[in-house]
Amino acid sequence: MIRPLLVVSALALSAFAASGQASIQVEPSTFQGPRPLAKQTAAAVVRDYLEAWQSMGAALDQNRPDLLDQDFLGAAKEKLMETISEQAKQGIHTRYQARSHDIQIIFYSPEGLSIQLTDNVEYDVQLLDHDKVVATEPLRARAIAVLTPSEVRWKVRVFETGPR
Amino acid sequence: MKPLVLLLVVGFAATVLGQSGTLNVPKTVQAGSAFSIETSGSSAGTLYIVGLGQAIRRTVQPGQTVSFAAGDLVNAGRYVAVLTSQSSTDTAVFDVLPASKPATLSFLARPSRLPVGLQNGITGAVYVFDAYQNLITAPTPVTFQLSVPSEATQTRSAVAHDGAAWTEMNSDAKEGNAKFVAEAGDVSNERIIQQVPGDPCGLKMTAHQAGDKIDLETDPLRDCSGNPVTDGTIVTFTEAWNGGQTTVDAPVKHGIAEAEVPALRGARISVATGVVMGNEIRWENQ
Repeated sequence: MIRPLLVVSALALSAFAASGQASIQVEPSTFQGPRPLAKQTAAAVVRDYLEAWQSMGAALDQNRPDLLDQDFLGAAKEKLMETISEQAKQGIHTRYQARSHDIQIIFYSPEGLSIQLTDNVEYDVQLLDHDKVVATEPLRARAIAVLTPSEVRWKVRVFETGPR
Repeated sequence: MKPLVLLLVVGFAATVLGQSGTLNVPKTVQAGSAFSIETSGSSAGTLYIVGLGQAIRRTVQPGQTVSFAAGDLVNAGRYVAVLTSQSSTDTAVFDVLPASKPATLSFLARPSRLPVGLQNGITGAVYVFDAYQNLITAPTPVTFQLSVPSEATQTRSAVAHDGAAWTEMNSDAKEGNAKFVAEAGDVSNERIIQQVPGDPCGLKMTAHQAGDKIDLETDPLRDCSGNPVTDGTIVTFTEAWNGGQTTVDAPVKHGIAEAEVPALRGARISVATGVVMGNEIRWENQ
């Protein structure tokens, strides 16, 4: 059930370019599933996941749920929209700035309709109450994301963080 | 020894609780469960709980224990608790973990239709969620079953890691709709897989003269498991004679295919469907 996933250095480089300032590591990895994963698919998934981080950060900072449309759908989008709605009601917003991503693809479903990855991510979260900075906290978390293909890109359908 | 014991006790408490100066926060909370945060301090303040899943803001009185009811914090994730007062700001980090009991399964099964007797022809993948649509990341047993009435049920067991599990199944020898079920805990999800007959096995035709024509008719077409081939399957009859060729495509009706070709002495007549070749007849009658 375990097959090796080869990741070329070009993948890491393109991922770095897409993520702004955060450093990116894409792990040579093993994953579950009988379906072979093409390098181009792996690269596209990592690129779209990192872009989703960018749009999520902007959406939570500006309390604009519309910024999620391009990269999220399903439960992940609904939960983030709920967070934005709660933030807006309470006059707060949050800034998420990733410092590093360490990404590993762990599951490619046999029919090719979903890919799951983990990301050992380090980031800063800054809380602002009516635009006044209340606190900034550096965090380390293990994020899990499930992405599914849409017309032109992979979108995040499940997104969860937890202890590393 | 006493200072050392005190240090150990404080260290242990700080490990179990996400403790900082004025905040005592549980290190982990199960999604949807009630919990409380103890605060200390001499002035009123504001308690914030922020994460990617939720954002909460409460006014706090000095030294108040802030209670959160079941259902207040339901989205799994890493959260920061921030307590601000006139004199200080304190933070603590804690995790909301998915509930361990599966409540919904996202089940992807493919294909929806396939021939009988195909090894590992059916695949299924599931994602396991709790009642709040959190992916259950702890290892969770999952059972897959494929069943057709009056046939033995195929069962596969898997363990979902980080919420995902998958399996491969063989299609049955018998045609019909198969129930493909994924089950985790008390929750299950079902898909119907249509299993259709495979290619015909042992394609054979007979020929009879009818005036200046030859009536061609196949024996009842069955696949290698004995299932009648689906009506509408195309059977091709070919008559070759004197360098020329006549081809007739005929659909299977009620299990057999029929065609009519000119009766030509010395003609060679063959039959095929898909990649399956049948018998050949050399026509010697006038």
